[in-house]
Amino acid sequence: MFGRAIVWGSALIVALVAAAQAAQHAGYINLGFQTWRPTLFAYILWAVCLCWSQVLIRGEHGKRTLFVLPAALFVVSLTVFPLLFGLVIAFSSWNLSSPDGRQFNGLDNIRQMWSDPFYWNALRNMVWYSLAILVEYVIAFALALLLNSEIRARKFFRVAFLLPLMLSPVAVSWMIGKSMLEIRFGPIARFARWLGWDNPSFFGSPEVARATIMLLDAWTFIPFMMIMILAGLQAIPKELTEAAKVDGASPWKSFWEVTFPLMLPVSITAILIRIIFKLKLADIVINLTAGGPGGATDTVTSFIFREYRDRSNVGYGTLLAMVYLVIIIIAMTILLKLADRFARPRT
Amino acid sequence: MSEAIFRDGESDRAFTARRFAGKTVIYLLLVAWAIVCLFPIYWTISTSFKTAPNVMQGALIPWVDYKPAWLGWRSLGLSPETIGAESTVRDEFMKRFFNSAITAISASSIAVILGSLAAYGLSRFSYRFGFMRNSDISFFFLSQLILPPVVLALPFLVLYKQLALLDTRIGLILLYTLTVLPIVIWIMRDQFESIPTELEEAALVDGLSIWGAFFSVILPIALPGMIAAFILSLVLTWNEYFFAALLTSTHANTLPVMVASQTGSQGISWWSMAALSFAAIVPLIVIGVLLERYLIKGMTAGAVK
Repeated sequence: MFGRAIVWGSALIVALVAAAQAAQHAGYINLGFQTWRPTLFAYILWAVCLCWSQVLIRGEHGKRTLFVLPAALFVVSLTVFPLLFGLVIAFSSWNLSSPDGRQFNGLDNIRQMWSDPFYWNALRNMVWYSLAILVEYVIAFALALLLNSEIRARKFFRVAFLLPLMLSPVAVSWMIGKSMLEIRFGPIARFARWLGWDNPSFFGSPEVARATIMLLDAWTFIPFMMIMILAGLQAIPKELTEAAKVDGASPWKSFWEVTFPLMLPVSITAILIRIIFKLKLADIVINLTAGGPGGATDTVTSFIFREYRDRSNVGYGTLLAMVYLVIIIIAMTILLKLADRFARPRT
Repeated sequence: MSEAIFRDGESDRAFTARRFAGKTVIYLLLVAWAIVCLFPIYWTISTSFKTAPNVMQGALIPWVDYKPAWLGWRSLGLSPETIGAESTVRDEFMKRFFNSAITAISASSIAVILGSLAAYGLSRFSYRFGFMRNSDISFFFLSQLILPPVVLALPFLVLYKQLALLDTRIGLILLYTLTVLPIVIWIMRDQFESIPTELEEAALVDGLSIWGAFFSVILPIALPGMIAAFILSLVLTWNEYFFAALLTSTHANTLPVMVASQTGSQGISWWSMAALSFAAIVPLIVIGVLLERYLIKGMTAGAVK
């Protein structure tokens, strides 16, 4: 009884505070609120009451709910609510630096997106960037095989290979992108000149710039795939590879017929997780090329970032992000379905 | 004299030679990739001790190619002569450093607490929230991974503005917790599923409550997993740039934002940039070298069934 009372009571407080603030926002009364924080505090109170009431109402069963409920409430309030709010923003024209505030403009943003070559270009770049994962995968697999062979100082190599993953992309974009690739003094540029490339410019032409960004990103994230594949390799029973050896299979053949098929599930997990991370790629692009030259290196995230930075255009930026989300969800669903079919043991 | 009794046959010797050649190739490849991984870090450290002529000559090895100088570190206020003196740059740097440390550590701790509880619940009990069963709830948490940050960024920007949370550490901590929570749940669910249920059953028979059993029996066993989840979250949140660049301006800037703003300015000298970059990555290099075991555990959780 008391449990229900506190839930409904606190919910009532949230409603009242929110209503009072909305009234002030609409200009009916002035209650002296500076920000929307009171509503936030009321909401937190309600969340706490909801958790507490679970124990009061449902006893032992409620205590079990209490394990999941806080995390669920946290995620719901931090994603579902902003996403709904984002949907509202997406269909309005809202320039944060202009005094007009938010204005509903229907489908104008969609029309603008349709004829925005830079957005489509950024989406196309994302496809290129994602395709680069296949190359990363091959390198990561090769490195994992090397690490898995009988070598000394394995720990040293493992730590060394892992380090790029630890470095902040922003620092990496200076360390490698801005200094090592610098045309006059950078060591890689010197090396390229020594190899016979007369005028090494790594961000000059669109193709080279995109390849450079791909390489930088690969450098950071290859360790991640390598570690996952290495774990998979170590889980393969030794007897299997030894049996193949006894049967007289060459290493090449035993790799393709024994190791690789066994590694398929791990590989697919690694590639899928890598794709998810790749779709968030932005830090390096923002700091190194700002999308240039001519949008050749733009990712969707960096494009929206600049759209906000340069034009404070919240409405249009949000719409682009929402469309991106829909595309990602569709693509990931298809990929998961494909992966499921592909990874199933062949009969 | 060298008439050994047992002699390797012709084919055996060929085999040893081939084996030796194979080993050499493996080591060469390993060393080559180790150089690819480590050279940028070495380059950054060495550049932070260079002066302008050294940079232009492309000097590589200290004391051979060039004489190390404290130039880069002096500009950060961290060289031996300047460490005692007042330095605005150093104050700025320390402020950013602590902002990064506080946000990363708090966000990771909150995520590990919330995530471990949720993962434990999901691995042990069966729930029904409306139409959602356990697998749906797990999927709901993990599906957050797919959500790109850019989708949340602008709505959060506007919401935080209304809530006066823009440019505060709390705002960043909340968002960072959200971004690492799915990963923590992923790791911890794997960890809890590897613990046999008989352990809590025994504890329950001994008269402990569910929560008591969780804290006194399960948590100590699951500690390595929690450390792994914590460290992985720490790495991700320490390096986060996108949200920090959008949502902070003067007070709550983190280290990556400072590095990025310095990179943008044209006049900045290489040695001070190198010192700053190196200072930004050094905590993670230390973590990577010392706690590599946990990182690998975290990354491979759930990958191998």
